[in-house]
Amino acid sequence: MPQEYRLILKHADQPGYTPDLACYLRHGGYESLKKALATPGRDLPDGKKQTPREVVRDDVLKSGLRGRGGAGFSAGLKWSFVDRRGGKPIYLVCNADESEPGTFKDRQILHKDPHQLVEGMIISCWANDVKLAYIYIRGEMPHGARLLNKALEEARAAGFLGKNVLGSGHDIEIHVHRGAGAYICGEETGLIESLEGKRPYPRIKPPYFPAVLGLYMSPTIVNNVETLCHVVHVVRLGGAEYAKLGTPNNTGTRIVSLSGDVTKPGYFEVEVGKVTLGELINDPAFGGGLKTGRSLKAIIPGGSSSKVLKAGEKFKLRRKGADGQMTQVEVDLLDLPYDFDSLQQAGTMSGSGAIIVMDDTRDMVDTLANLSEFYAHESCGQCTPCREGALWMSKALHRLTTGGGRSADADYLRDIAQNIQGRTICAFGEAAAWPVLSFVKKFRDEFTARGQADEAARAKGLAKPGTHH
Amino acid sequence: MGFSIPAGLEAELDALATRYPQKRSASLMFLHALQEHFGCVSNEAVEWTASKLGLQPINVLELVTFYPMFRQEKLGRTQVKVCRTLSCAMAGSAEIRSHFCTKLGLDAHRHGAQTTPDGKFTVEFVECLADCGNAPVVMVNDDLIGKCSAADCDRVLSKGG
Ligand SMILES: Cc1cc2nc3c(=O)[nH]c(=O)nc-3n(C[C@H](O)[C@H](O)[C@H](O)COP(=O)(O)O)c2cc1C
Ligand code: SF4
Ligand code: FES
Repeated sequence: MPQEYRLILKHADQPGYTPDLACYLRHGGYESLKKALATPGRDLPDGKKQTPREVVRDDVLKSGLRGRGGAGFSAGLKWSFVDRRGGKPIYLVCNADESEPGTFKDRQILHKDPHQLVEGMIISCWANDVKLAYIYIRGEMPHGARLLNKALEEARAAGFLGKNVLGSGHDIEIHVHRGAGAYICGEETGLIESLEGKRPYPRIKPPYFPAVLGLYMSPTIVNNVETLCHVVHVVRLGGAEYAKLGTPNNTGTRIVSLSGDVTKPGYFEVEVGKVTLGELINDPAFGGGLKTGRSLKAIIPGGSSSKVLKAGEKFKLRRKGADGQMTQVEVDLLDLPYDFDSLQQAGTMSGSGAIIVMDDTRDMVDTLANLSEFYAHESCGQCTPCREGALWMSKALHRLTTGGGRSADADYLRDIAQNIQGRTICAFGEAAAWPVLSFVKKFRDEFTARGQADEAARAKGLAKPGTHH
Repeated sequence: MGFSIPAGLEAELDALATRYPQKRSASLMFLHALQEHFGCVSNEAVEWTASKLGLQPINVLELVTFYPMFRQEKLGRTQVKVCRTLSCAMAGSAEIRSHFCTKLGLDAHRHGAQTTPDGKFTVEFVECLADCGNAPVVMVNDDLIGKCSAADCDRVLSKGG
C-alpha cells in the first residue's frame, strides 16, 4: 500500500499547528540547530582534520540530498563548489519564487511552517560561513512574506538569529526580499540580478557560476525552500540515516504537487522513488484516479517545462541488480518510480515535482497553446532565439487554435523549438522548447489534423472571418 | 504635485535600504511600498526612489516596466487576478474571467488589465499563482480564492469596490 511519508510536512496540517515560534518549539523546533552548533570536529582516517562546519557539510553530501527546485543537483556538491578562499563574503539565497506552473509545494512550507525554513537556513548559513542571507519570495505571496518576517523577528528575539547565535560567537542575519511577478526570477542568476535591484536578466555561465561570482560578484549558494528544510532533517537524523529514506541516489522525501484531471488534486510528501507515477495519480491515498468514465491521455511529470508523457508509453530503465550488474527493464508509464533518475531515463524530468494530469477530453493543441503563451510572456528577452522563438511558437499555436492552422505547423513548431534549445543564456530556452518538442512529437496527429482541417475549410472559403492571418 | 512621503514610511524605507550591502538592492522593496501607498508607481515615485538609492531614474523605471506587478496607472481598489495557466485553464478560469468582465461591463475579449471607470475593480489574467491543486484560482488583493465558483465571483463583486 503506497502512502505518504511526511518529514517536511509532518506537523504542518495537524489540527492546532500554527506558524509561530512557540508552536515550532513545542514540536522539537531548533533542536537541529543546537545539534549542528554542538557538532565536534573530527579526525579522518587519512590524518586530516574536519572542522565542525566541514562535518555538517560532509553530512549533507553523504545524505544524498538533491535540490528540490528543478535541476535535482546534489546540495552537498553545490556547497562544495563555493569559493571559500577568495576572502569575499559568502551569501546564501533561498529561492522561494515558486512560479513553475503546476508547483505549489513551497507555499505549504512558507505559510504553515516558516520556522522550519528559517532553521534550515540558519544551519546552512553556519555550515557555510554565511553571515548574510536572503529569502527571495515571489511577489504574489504577500502573506508568506509577512509570516516569514514575523518568524525571523521571533527567531531574532529568541537568539537563534542575529548577533552571536545561541552564544556560538557567530552572527547570522536573514532578510525577506519580494519579487514582483516575473517567472524568470526563479532562475538562479536572474534571481541574483533581481536581488541586486536590476532587471532579472540571467547571467551567462561560465563565468558567472553563483558559487564563485554570485550576489555582488561574491560566492553565493542558491537553494530551494524545500531543499533548505531538508537540511534540518539531515542534521537531526545524520546524513547516513537520512540516506536510508527514499531510494539509492534519490534519497529522502519530496513534496509532489498534483493537479489537473484527477479527482483529488493536492500535495503529497513521499519517499523519493518508493511511489510510482501511476500510484500518485490513481491510488486513493493520492490523486484518487481520474473522473468517472475518463481515461488517461497525458502527464506532464515535473512542472510545465518538463517533456510530456503519453498514456501507454513504455520506457527502458537501467537498473542495478542485487549482484551489482546493470540490467535493462521495460517499464510502463504508470509504473515509473517517481524519482529524479527514472524520469530522466524516460526522457523527461521530475523537475519541481509537479504533476499535471490530462484525460481524454483534453485537446493537446489547446493545452500546448496555453503553455506556450506562458513562455512567450515570461521570456526575459535577452537572447534572440528565446525572445523571438517563444513568441513565434505561441503565435503559431494561437493561429492553430483559432481556425488559421496549416498542416505544416507541426514541423514549423518543431523547427523553431529546435532552434531555441542549446542556443540561449539560461535554461528557460529549454523550458520553452521542451513542451513544444514533446507535444508535437507524441501527439503529432492532433496538430496535423487541426492544420489540415483549417486548410480544407479555407479552401472551401469557410474560414471564419478574422481568423486567418 | 502632492507627492509627499509620510515620515513613517520614509523611515521604514531607510531602514530597509540598510539590509543590503548595496542600496540598489532595495529598489523592488521600495517600489512595492510606494505602490502600496499611492496605488501605482508614478514618475515622481521613480525619481524619488532613484535619488534615495543613488541611481538614475532610468535604473528604476526599467524595473517598473519589466516586472508585471508594478503599475504606472492607478488600479482599481479591488484587484482581481485570475490565473490563466494550464491547471486553472483546465478547471475553467477563462469562464471565471469572463464572468467578472461581463458583470463589470468590461470587454471579456480584450487582453491585459482592465479597470472599471469608477475605479472600483481591476480584472486581469495572470500566470500560475502556485496553488494549482485548488484550480481555478483567483487572487483578490492579497487573498487567494481556490476552487473559485461563479458564486465566489459574485461575492467578491458585492463586497469589493
Ligand atoms: C526558468 C527557470 C525557472 C526556475 N524557477 C525556479 C523556482 O521558481 N523555484 C526554484 O526553487 N527553482 C527554480 N529554478 C531552478 C533554479 O535556477 C535553481 O536551480 C534552484 O533554485 C537551485 O536550488 P536547489 O538546488 O535547491 O534545487 C528555475 C530554473 C529555471 C531555468
Ligand atoms: S533563454 Fe530566454 S529567459 Fe533565458 S536569458 Fe535568454 S531570453 Fe532570457
Ligand atoms: S495554474 Fe493556476 S495556480 Fe497554478
